[in-house]
Amino acid sequence: MIAPNIYKPYLMRIEKITDEAPGIKTFRLVFTDEQEGRDFRFKAGQFGEYGVFGEGECTFCIASSPTRTGYIECTFRQAGRVTSALADREEGDLIGFRGPYGNTFPIDDWQGKNLIFIAGGIALPPLRCVIWNVLDLRDRYGDVTIVYGARTVDDLVYKHELEEWRRRGDVKLITTVDPGGETPDWTGEVGFVPTIVEKQAPSAANAVALVCGPPIMIKLTLPVLAKLDFTPDQIYTTLENRMKCGVGKCGRCNVGKYFVCKDGPVFTLAQLNDLPPEY
Amino acid sequence: MEQRLLKRESVGQLFAKLADAGWRIVGPCRSGEAVVFKDVHAPQEMAADYVQTTLSPKSVVFPRYELLLRYRFEGKDVKIDDEQITVVPTVIFGLRPCDARSLAVLNAVFSWDYQDVFFKTRLENTTIITVSCTTSDPYCFCTSVNGGPGDPQGSDLLLTPFDADEYLVEIVTDRGRAIVDQAPELFAPAAGGEVNKVRVLADVPVRFEMSRLVECLPRVFNDEAFWAEQAMRCLGCGACAFLCPACACFDIQDEADRQGGVRYRCWDSCGLSLFTLHTSGHNPRTTQGQRWRQRVMHKFSYFKDRLGTIACVGCGRCSRSCPADMNLAEHLQALAETSA
Amino acid sequence: MDALRNKARDLLSDGSVQVVIGYGPGSVPDQARAVFLRRPEQVGALFFDDRCHQNLAVYLTKPEVKALGKPAIVGTPAILRSILQLAAENQIADGQVLALGVDGDGRVTELPDFKSIEDFLAPLPADLSPQEQEQLARIEAMSRSERWNYWIDQLSCCLRCYACRAACPLCYCGRCAVEANQPQWIPVAPHPRGVLEWHLARAMHLAGRCVNCGSCAKACPLGIPIHLLTQMLSQEVAKRFGLQAGRSAKREYVLGTFKPDDAEDFIR
Repeated sequence: MIAPNIYKPYLMRIEKITDEAPGIKTFRLVFTDEQEGRDFRFKAGQFGEYGVFGEGECTFCIASSPTRTGYIECTFRQAGRVTSALADREEGDLIGFRGPYGNTFPIDDWQGKNLIFIAGGIALPPLRCVIWNVLDLRDRYGDVTIVYGARTVDDLVYKHELEEWRRRGDVKLITTVDPGGETPDWTGEVGFVPTIVEKQAPSAANAVALVCGPPIMIKLTLPVLAKLDFTPDQIYTTLENRMKCGVGKCGRCNVGKYFVCKDGPVFTLAQLNDLPPEY
Repeated sequence: MEQRLLKRESVGQLFAKLADAGWRIVGPCRSGEAVVFKDVHAPQEMAADYVQTTLSPKSVVFPRYELLLRYRFEGKDVKIDDEQITVVPTVIFGLRPCDARSLAVLNAVFSWDYQDVFFKTRLENTTIITVSCTTSDPYCFCTSVNGGPGDPQGSDLLLTPFDADEYLVEIVTDRGRAIVDQAPELFAPAAGGEVNKVRVLADVPVRFEMSRLVECLPRVFNDEAFWAEQAMRCLGCGACAFLCPACACFDIQDEADRQGGVRYRCWDSCGLSLFTLHTSGHNPRTTQGQRWRQRVMHKFSYFKDRLGTIACVGCGRCSRSCPADMNLAEHLQALAETSA
Repeated sequence: MDALRNKARDLLSDGSVQVVIGYGPGSVPDQARAVFLRRPEQVGALFFDDRCHQNLAVYLTKPEVKALGKPAIVGTPAILRSILQLAAENQIADGQVLALGVDGDGRVTELPDFKSIEDFLAPLPADLSPQEQEQLARIEAMSRSERWNYWIDQLSCCLRCYACRAACPLCYCGRCAVEANQPQWIPVAPHPRGVLEWHLARAMHLAGRCVNCGSCAKACPLGIPIHLLTQMLSQEVAKRFGLQAGRSAKREYVLGTFKPDDAEDFIR
């Protein structure tokens, strides 16, 4: 064999399934081969191809922190063939995982900086990986601010972890729901994420902003950050594109001269501005 | 480069020697109106009197359908059978210099950081015996993309037909030498110094200046109307990509029943609208103009930027077979002539 | 030729159409290609002779062409039959397309609505050409196993490039059946079973709808005679149900119609 088969997945067992929100689940996956589990390393921002044998593979970020070894987590919404098959799985079932692929958030470069996480809906998972990575190494970083919103209270993911973050003294967490999405006992903000970010007015001094969400949320949040003097180099996001191989060969995720699976999924706004709007 | 002479009538004996030594030989054969690469045992099986084959030889190293892995279901358990690839040493005989150059383009993709064991194994076990072009047709444009009708790049042996009964043989690589060594008696020394093959090679006029094209492309990118106009007659099928020796895009799919199944890959094309369709229903490239632009930009701009080579060898197959007569060289000419 | 060009010039000049879809010079002298003329001064590119056999009706459902505005289209019999079938399937509204019927003497007839197209086609031969009949007869004469071997052999080269689908004026579905993946009704793979399922599904989806233009086979880069599959089904539908696609703008889709006096009684 000239090389190992890069399309052969790790065999993973679903250890825990959490229902996060309507249609959204989190899987905690452990390696069936314990040695592979011990050897596995990844960095914040990377993704994998999660596969149901017989149905196909799907791309999600690795939503757990690299500081926590022995398992990985992914969070997904049921949408098409593979995610529907995944949603049908039970704890104990076996699925495939290929990874880690893609580039990483340069969190080592951010030591000492203030971090602002801005996320909407199902787009919190890629940032959750970084958040826990940072919180597990808390004293290396400055202020940590999280602005997270969803359409309704029910649609918020990681509800228990939101509580954990809220109770910590070293994180500023602002949660919001769209107008009309609040419940009678909702104590968080009401308003679209970009509006809440504007209201919070985080300082751009010595700061990095990570923005993940539906295209419209990103589109409206970027001008807010610009007004707060964030430069394009200070703003990070993750791109999604249709993917199959995850290793830069099948051609699907090619946008401009970048391949989202190799040059991303993490991009700065400066890089995004360079890309054709084909994603 | 070391030169020999091989009589045309000796090719049969060469094939026999190679077959005895366990080689598989693939050559161009008629298939209805088309000329495609098939397993051959004797030269008579091969097609004559054609300028270029319909299908490229890329399926020898990158089959249109290829298993990536197999799996079995045993109750709740899944057993993955790693697809071991075994390849018989193969000779591709009779491809053109443009096709020989295309292998480097495919290799660039399949070796980019991650080594694709399927492609690499097949390539490792393939020897390229190219036949130079003594004729061309209006669709050929190898000379516009840094190639030529007698270009040895990518070949192990380059044969140029002389005088109806003889080939000039140029031994380009050690792998080519290994073929000659299988039947050295068939390869006579080229008498009296270097034979100049230029006089028998086809004349392939340059259609556009590559440097000008590469310079124009990023500038024209945002001109949606320009691309829409070029693609107006394009029907959005995958013929150009599938016939192209330098196109490597593929789809990965699973097929299984209750006992188990396979994960395979098959050829895919950026010209098909499904290529970039997200499960959400969003499609970054909704119009054929955007998809046409992607094809051209990928081959002549992005690929060059990332992997150092143009992903086109000017074989003309896309244009010869296009049901809508898109004609790539014509479009590239128009692109290269756009002003600043 | 002049009649066609003059007509096209007039139509574009007075704004009665925004685009003339016709044939212009192709890559090589014996080839024509589709042209989309927007301005009167472009009509010199138009010609019409026996090089003109691509079915241009395929462009009438292409979004980028529809966006150009009201089209006039050179109307060979195959194109006119396609327009009527598209009309029968509610893909074109009456009066939305101006067909330019062309005959062997170079005369151009404006066909502004479906009735005029039906009348224009009425005297023309409706059946397959003798050559096409002969090809079908040759296969019909084979035994079942000979026929099976013939088709498995012919289809063995198929790459699933979908040039056949792309060239067919009646394959206008925004989402082709093969693109459905929940479940994957038709395998994507170009293995023998996948190829067979694709072509059989396509032939069935065209049963009673195919206008016998032969574009699918002309488009196939490998020259596989897949038009024989759809043409054979056309003949079957004509024989058994007395219906033929492309004769009328009134919808009569055999697979979607049930009549109480149908011969089949399994559905009762």
